[in-house]
Amino acid sequence: MTMINTFDRRVIETRYPELLHRTRWQRFGAPLVIIGTLIYVLYAVWFFNLPKLVGEARWDRFAINLLQWVSYDVQPQFRVKDNGSIDIRYPRFSVLGDDPKQPDWIRTEADGSYTVDMAGGVHIGRDATVVKAHGASVTIRTAGTVPAVVGAPPSWVSVGPDNVQVDLGLSGRLSIDANRVKVVKRFFGWPNFLFDPTSPYFGKSTGEVVSLLVSGERLDPSQSNLSLAFDNFWNNLTWQHGDVLTKLFQTVIMAFLGTLLGAVVAFPLAFLAARNITPNGLLNSGLKRFFDFMRAVDMLIWGLFLTRAFGPGPLSGSGAIFLMEIGSLGKLYAEALENIDNKPREGIRSVGASPIAIQRFGVLPQVMPVFAGQTLYQWESNIRGATIIGAIGAGGIGLKIWEAMRTNDNWQNVAYMVVLLLIVVYVFDMISNRLRSAIVGEKML
Amino acid sequence: MSVAQTEPVLKETTREIVTAWERTTSSRRLYTVIGIILIAIGFVGSVQYADEANAGHFFERLPHLFDFLQWLIPNDWNDVWRALFDRASPLDNGSEAYDFAAGRVYVWGDFYIPEYFELMITTLNIAILSTIVGFLFAVPLAFMSARNITPSPAIRFGARRICEFLRAFPELVFAGLFAAILSAGPVPAIFAIILHTIGALGKLFYEIIENIDMKPDEGVRSVGGTRLERIRFAALPQVLPNLISYGLLRLEINVRASTIIGAVGGGGIGEELRLAISRGFGAKTLALLLLLFLTIIAVDQLSAWMRKKLVGEHQFLLAH
Repeated sequence: MTMINTFDRRVIETRYPELLHRTRWQRFGAPLVIIGTLIYVLYAVWFFNLPKLVGEARWDRFAINLLQWVSYDVQPQFRVKDNGSIDIRYPRFSVLGDDPKQPDWIRTEADGSYTVDMAGGVHIGRDATVVKAHGASVTIRTAGTVPAVVGAPPSWVSVGPDNVQVDLGLSGRLSIDANRVKVVKRFFGWPNFLFDPTSPYFGKSTGEVVSLLVSGERLDPSQSNLSLAFDNFWNNLTWQHGDVLTKLFQTVIMAFLGTLLGAVVAFPLAFLAARNITPNGLLNSGLKRFFDFMRAVDMLIWGLFLTRAFGPGPLSGSGAIFLMEIGSLGKLYAEALENIDNKPREGIRSVGASPIAIQRFGVLPQVMPVFAGQTLYQWESNIRGATIIGAIGAGGIGLKIWEAMRTNDNWQNVAYMVVLLLIVVYVFDMISNRLRSAIVGEKML
Repeated sequence: MSVAQTEPVLKETTREIVTAWERTTSSRRLYTVIGIILIAIGFVGSVQYADEANAGHFFERLPHLFDFLQWLIPNDWNDVWRALFDRASPLDNGSEAYDFAAGRVYVWGDFYIPEYFELMITTLNIAILSTIVGFLFAVPLAFMSARNITPSPAIRFGARRICEFLRAFPELVFAGLFAAILSAGPVPAIFAIILHTIGALGKLFYEIIENIDMKPDEGVRSVGGTRLERIRFAALPQVLPNLISYGLLRLEINVRASTIIGAVGGGGIGEELRLAISRGFGAKTLALLLLLFLTIIAVDQLSAWMRKKLVGEHQFLLAH
């Protein structure tokens, strides 16, 4: 950047002294604020003991956790029986269903041993398991009382006292005991999204399902195939589509009801609270403190109280949003009313209109677009808020998300609900932006 | 209002204007009526739906609405102060409802911080730290999203999508995700609120930045300023007061958010409040409510005062 020289500087200094001679606050204010902020951040870092906690954090879990959002695993167990044959079992609630037929990624060899399609190939025999991965081949003897690795184990094989763990990265892992191999094979995608293993449609290809739906024999004599399919989908055990969608709907309803009721109550109160509309200082400041109170008590506290009073559910959630929204909208409405142009009111009063008519024709047309815009905005932001207070029992999808997260196992369900919620938030964002620009015009508030 | 007694005879063209005007107003009224009817139907429907889906129903529970408040009234009103300042209560019978003195956090010798003040400080620190960090990340992201600062559409698109995603993503899930990685407690809440703050502030900030006066920028560019110098000397001085006041507004929101996330397992005062209410500890609940309420009011007033100093009587209509 071009700089001025000393001579120019002198000239400018004599001409515009206020530009170069600044007050002490102007000179030192910014550095002081920055230093103060820095000191505070250091204090907070010490307060929360952040370096230790972040150092101890299991960041490797982060990847696994995110992986669980979009993947699932199948866990067949290979057990060598006394007569030398190997049988395969699946744990209960396996995504393949109870007693599944052998999937095509497990191959039976001629001698009764099995090969699993993982990494470079896992061969499970009577006496030993051979794992080919990362360009190496490792043999683990399973015939003795304790599994033993032949040769030096590579870094991805960890040997315990009576167990050998093999980490195959994205494709899964093995846990090898004497005479038993537990395979955890990872697949991408959301399994059984449409039909769970208890459904008669489970495991059928799309073509088969469509042909059954269109012209098949009734699988269940009491209802048509279509209604059976819908029933199976809606009550899917893993994904609980019916419950999730109902709860999502409850969240939207909670936000709608709370905001609308809040707007209806705040509307007349704001006229009484606005200095220029109701010239009564006591009433004005009393109502404004009331708005502050309702806002300060907050959705959370209202939610906790109402859940105790009415029991958990969307009614309590709507009530919490309603009570807080009286404060928020009342404050916003009153501020908008205090900023109106006085001339239309004077004009209408000068022709002898009644007080109500003055408000209707002199005030309302000025503030209505602002009111509508703010109310829509609050509705949209309350959808997000309703999600959180749902988690304390106030109804809606929040509690469902919270429960799924707490098991630390159902991250796919969390992902599913988050995706639904994001879609809802985006759609409402769009609708409210459209409505707002239709009401207010292109000029944003 | 007095209306003219006789209807004046209108010219042909004027009458056309009048009929056209009547047509538009009547169609507008029709839309208003339809809108109100739709809202009313939606309202009645959702009230019924919410009532049916709730565990207890409104009219059935209404007579008992204040029953549940009975536990809130303490046996001894002085217990509220004792609970707040961790003084031993004469009612202490060893149960958790009256074990006020047990929560003292000794700092130095006999000097202690009462438990609830310590929790309140934790919640406030979560809010302040995450507002500061979120602000620091939101500013560069907002400059990258602003059309008048960043000419590259690819960078702009990326930065805006990041903002939108972080804003729309539920804080609750961020908190749960980080709780699985870090230990449970306040730190996952900090990360969750930081991420949400980046998104919310980033979006507000780039709208402010896009509305700046570009003349100072032209001036800096004309003397050969680089992009960073243009931002530093032309854009930043115009927007900084606004950015900081939106940051302060965000702080008010974040104090509430950190209380809520605390209530669902993030530590701090929210968790204590939830436990006190669900177990029906009257004096403890009142003490917590009093403290929380006064803190929120104080933060709101302080931030309003600072904002007024920064930008004058500027209105913040779209607060959240």
